[in-house]
Amino acid sequence: MKIDSPQKLKEWRDRCLKKKAAAKNTIVVCFGPGCLASGCREVYAKFAEILEERKLKDITLKSVKKTGCHGLCEKGPLVVIEPEGIFYTRVKPAHVKDIIENTIINGEVIDKLLYKDPKTDKRIEKYHDIDFYKKQTRIALRNLGHIDPDDIEDYIAAGGYSAVVKVLTSLTPEEVIEEVSISGLRGRGGGGFPAGKKWATCRKVDADTHYVICNGDEGDPGAFMDRSIMEGDPHAVLEGMIICAYAVGARDAYIYVREEYPLAVQHLYKAIEDAMECGLLGENIMGTDFSLDIHVSRGGGAFVCGESSALMKSVAGDVGEPRAKYIHSVVKGLWDQPTVLNNVETFANVPEIINKGGEWFKSIGIETSTGTKAFSLVGKVENTGLIEVPMGITLREIIFDIGGGIKDGHKFKAVQTGGPSGGCLPETYLDESVDFDSLTKAGSMMGSGGMIVMDDRTCMVDVARYFLKFLVDESCGKDVPCREGLYQLHSLAVKVTEGKATEDDLALMEKLSEFIVIGSLCGLGKSGPNPFLSTVRYFRDEYLAHIRDKKCPGGVCRELITYEINDKCTGCLACIKPCPVDAISGEKKKIHVIDQALCTKCGACYAICQFDAIDIK
Amino acid sequence: MKIQINGRWYKAFEGEMVLDVLRREKIDVPALCAHEAVEPFGSCRLCMVEITHENWGGWKGNVTSCLYPVEDKLRVTTHTPKINELRKMILNLLLARCPNAPEIQKLAEEYGVTITDFVPRPDADDCILCGLCTRVCAEMGFYAISIVGRGYGREVGTPLNEAPPDCTGCLACVNICPTHCIKYEDVGNVRKIWDREFELVPCKRCGKTIITREFADRLIKDKNLPEDYFDLCDDCKRDDIAKNMSKLVIWQDKKEEVKR
Repeated sequence: MKIDSPQKLKEWRDRCLKKKAAAKNTIVVCFGPGCLASGCREVYAKFAEILEERKLKDITLKSVKKTGCHGLCEKGPLVVIEPEGIFYTRVKPAHVKDIIENTIINGEVIDKLLYKDPKTDKRIEKYHDIDFYKKQTRIALRNLGHIDPDDIEDYIAAGGYSAVVKVLTSLTPEEVIEEVSISGLRGRGGGGFPAGKKWATCRKVDADTHYVICNGDEGDPGAFMDRSIMEGDPHAVLEGMIICAYAVGARDAYIYVREEYPLAVQHLYKAIEDAMECGLLGENIMGTDFSLDIHVSRGGGAFVCGESSALMKSVAGDVGEPRAKYIHSVVKGLWDQPTVLNNVETFANVPEIINKGGEWFKSIGIETSTGTKAFSLVGKVENTGLIEVPMGITLREIIFDIGGGIKDGHKFKAVQTGGPSGGCLPETYLDESVDFDSLTKAGSMMGSGGMIVMDDRTCMVDVARYFLKFLVDESCGKDVPCREGLYQLHSLAVKVTEGKATEDDLALMEKLSEFIVIGSLCGLGKSGPNPFLSTVRYFRDEYLAHIRDKKCPGGVCRELITYEINDKCTGCLACIKPCPVDAISGEKKKIHVIDQALCTKCGACYAICQFDAIDIK
Repeated sequence: MKIQINGRWYKAFEGEMVLDVLRREKIDVPALCAHEAVEPFGSCRLCMVEITHENWGGWKGNVTSCLYPVEDKLRVTTHTPKINELRKMILNLLLARCPNAPEIQKLAEEYGVTITDFVPRPDADDCILCGLCTRVCAEMGFYAISIVGRGYGREVGTPLNEAPPDCTGCLACVNICPTHCIKYEDVGNVRKIWDREFELVPCKRCGKTIITREFADRLIKDKNLPEDYFDLCDDCKRDDIAKNMSKLVIWQDKKEEVKR
C-alpha cells in the first residue's frame, strides 16, 4: 500500500480503526525489557496455547498484542485488557486460564492480580487510576504499551505518519524548522541544545550533502528510555527523522543503536522495511523531490560512542574517539558534512509537535524547558519503571507520587540523575523543579533521563566510587586528564572506602577534579568527576566519617563495618548455613555469635535473618 | 589576519591553528602530542591557552591551541594562573604514568613538579600515549601499528599483538616519539623493530646501509622513483653530484679559454 496523498493515509487509517473496533477485547501483553526479563514470553505462549485449544469466537490469538514497555516494570509481567484498561500485574502462565475465562468471557475482574496502592493498600482496577500513570503526560512514549511495534497498521491507526504527510504536502522546510523552534524542544540526550536552532544552522550550511543521525546509543547504567522507544514505537523515531531530514535537506540518515539492544535493532529494521514499502522512505517520497534512506548503524556498546563526535567516527567505521568540537558538527560532522544529531526521544517528540503545533508543545512544561521528559525511574522506590512527566515537576512528585515512595519503609537519602556523569541530590532538593537548568544549577544534570533513587542504606562514597569505576572503564583514554585523572580519582575514592585516606587525599581529589573538568577533551571527561563532586558537596560528612572515624554510615564499605548479632536473635540457626566461611556459631534457641576474625562481611547472614537480629556497625 | 598573543600582535594565516603561530613566533608553550608532520590530535592538553575576542562580550575560554583555528583579532594568553595550574596537574599525572621518562621529569620540573602526588604506575614504561607514532604510521599510509584498548588500559600495539605485516621498518615512529620509548636495533644489515626483522639495503659503492628493502620497494612503487634510486647512499650520491659539477666547471673554464 503506497501512501501518496493525505487522502490515501486517511482511508488506510479508517480501515485500520474499523478493524480494531470490530474486535471485542484486546489483550495487551507487555514485551518491554522489564517484562521480558520477568517472563512475559511464557505468559504470551500460554495465551496462544489456550486460545488455540478453546477456539473462542470473539477472541483469537489476533486479539493478543505484544507491545513495547507499558511502564510499570516493577510489577511485570503486565497484562492489560483493552478497551477497559483492566490492569493485571505479576501475571504468571498459571493465571492465563483465569484471565480468559473470568475476565474475557465472563467480564469479571480478578482481584488478586490487580495493582495494590502502596499508600492505601487498596486494589486499583484500571491503570489510568493508578498514581503511577495518572501523574504522567506522555508525548514521546504516547504509543508505548498500546501498539504492536512490528505492525505499521497499528501505528497508522494511532495517527502515525500524518505528520510526515502534512509536512510533505503543505509545509516548506523553513516552516518545519519554525514550528520546531516555536515548540522550544531541547535535545533530550542530555545537552539540552534547542533542536530548532540546530536544524536551522545545519540547513544554512552550504555543502554537497547533509546528514541526519539519531543517537540510540543509550549507555547509562539503569537507563532504558530510548531502548523502550526504539523497541516499542520504532515508527515514531523514523517519522521524526524523516521530518528532520526534510527540514535540513538530508538524503541519508543513520540510526546508531547499540548491538546490545537486539530487539530494538530487529524492530527498527522491520519498521524501515515497512515504511519503504509504503513509499514513506526511499526515492521521491509521496511524489515529491524529497528522497531519503535511513540506515541502521550498529555500535559495539562503548559508552563514549554516545558522545556525538565519537558516534560519527563510529558510524564512519573508525574507532569511536571524540574530537575537539571547535568546529561544530552541524557545520562539519559525519564525513565532514553538516550533520544534525538528536537522540531517540527528541525525534519521537517531533511528529506530535508537527501534528498539534509548536504552541501546544510549549504550553506543557516550563518556559525554559518545554514539553515532557522521559525517565527510567529505578532504585529503591516501590514503582520502578518507565515514566514521562512534564518539565518543571518536582523530584518529590516523581519519587513519592509516581514512584510510590521508598521501598520497605526506609528513608530517602539521595537521587542520582543524569547517568554516570550526573550527580546525586539530597533531600533538600526534593522540591526542586526537574528541568535542564535547575538540575545543572543544583550540581547534577538532566542527562538522557536515568533516575536512580537511593535510601539510607546507601553509602554515598561507595556510589561515587561505583560511577567513577564505570567512567574509568568507559573512558576512551585519548586525553591525559580523563584517562589518568579519572583513574587516580577512582583510586583515591577506593582509598576512602577502605578507610585509608587522609584529609589531604580529599583535598587532592577536589583539586584533581577541578582540572579534569577544565582539561578534558569531551563531555565524558568534563563531567567525569561529577559523581565525586556532587557527593562531596552534599554528603561531605560521610566522606569525613570514612576518613576521620573510619566508619561507613551507610553500612556498605566492607573494610569499615562489622556484623554483630543482637539479642533479638531467636537462635533459629538460619544464618549459620549461608555463611561461606563458617564464622557463625550457635545452638538452637541460643543467641548466635559471629567470629569477627573469620567474617568476610559478605552480608549473607544479614540478608537471611528474619528477626532483625543482625546489626551493621 | 592578525592575532594578539600575550598583548603583542602577530601575523596569522587562514587555516592555521593557534599553536602553529605560537611555534613560528617561538612563544614557549609545552605540547607533547603536536608535531608538524601530522594532523593535530589534542591528547596531551598541555598546549591549552586562554582565548577571547573583542566581539565575544568579555567571554573567555580555555582551548587546546593545537586544534583551535586562528581568526582575526583573536586574543590569546598562554600562561594564566589557571592554565599553569592545569599544566602542573597534567604533568603531575604524567609523572605518575611515566615516572622514569627524562623528558617528562624535565618538563615537570620546569613547572615546579618534582614528585608526583599520585601512586605511580607499577612496571611503568615511558609511553605517554600521545599517539604520534600511530598517527605518523597511519598518515604515511602504512597503518602497521595502532592504539589498542581503551581508557587506562590503552596502549600502542600491533594487530593481534603479532609482528605487524604492514610495517616497513621505516623508523618514523621511533623518530617522532617524544619520550624515545620505541626501541629498535640495527645489527649488520638487519634491523629489528616491532618483533620483525628487515633487510637493510647497502650502498653499492661504500657498503653503508641506507634503508630497509621493504621501505625502499614501497617508496619506489608509491612515489614512482627510478628503480636504482636507492643503489647509492646520500653521501655517495652527493659525491657524484660534486664530480659532475666539477666537470661542468672545467668545461666552462675551457670555453672561456677558447673565447680568449
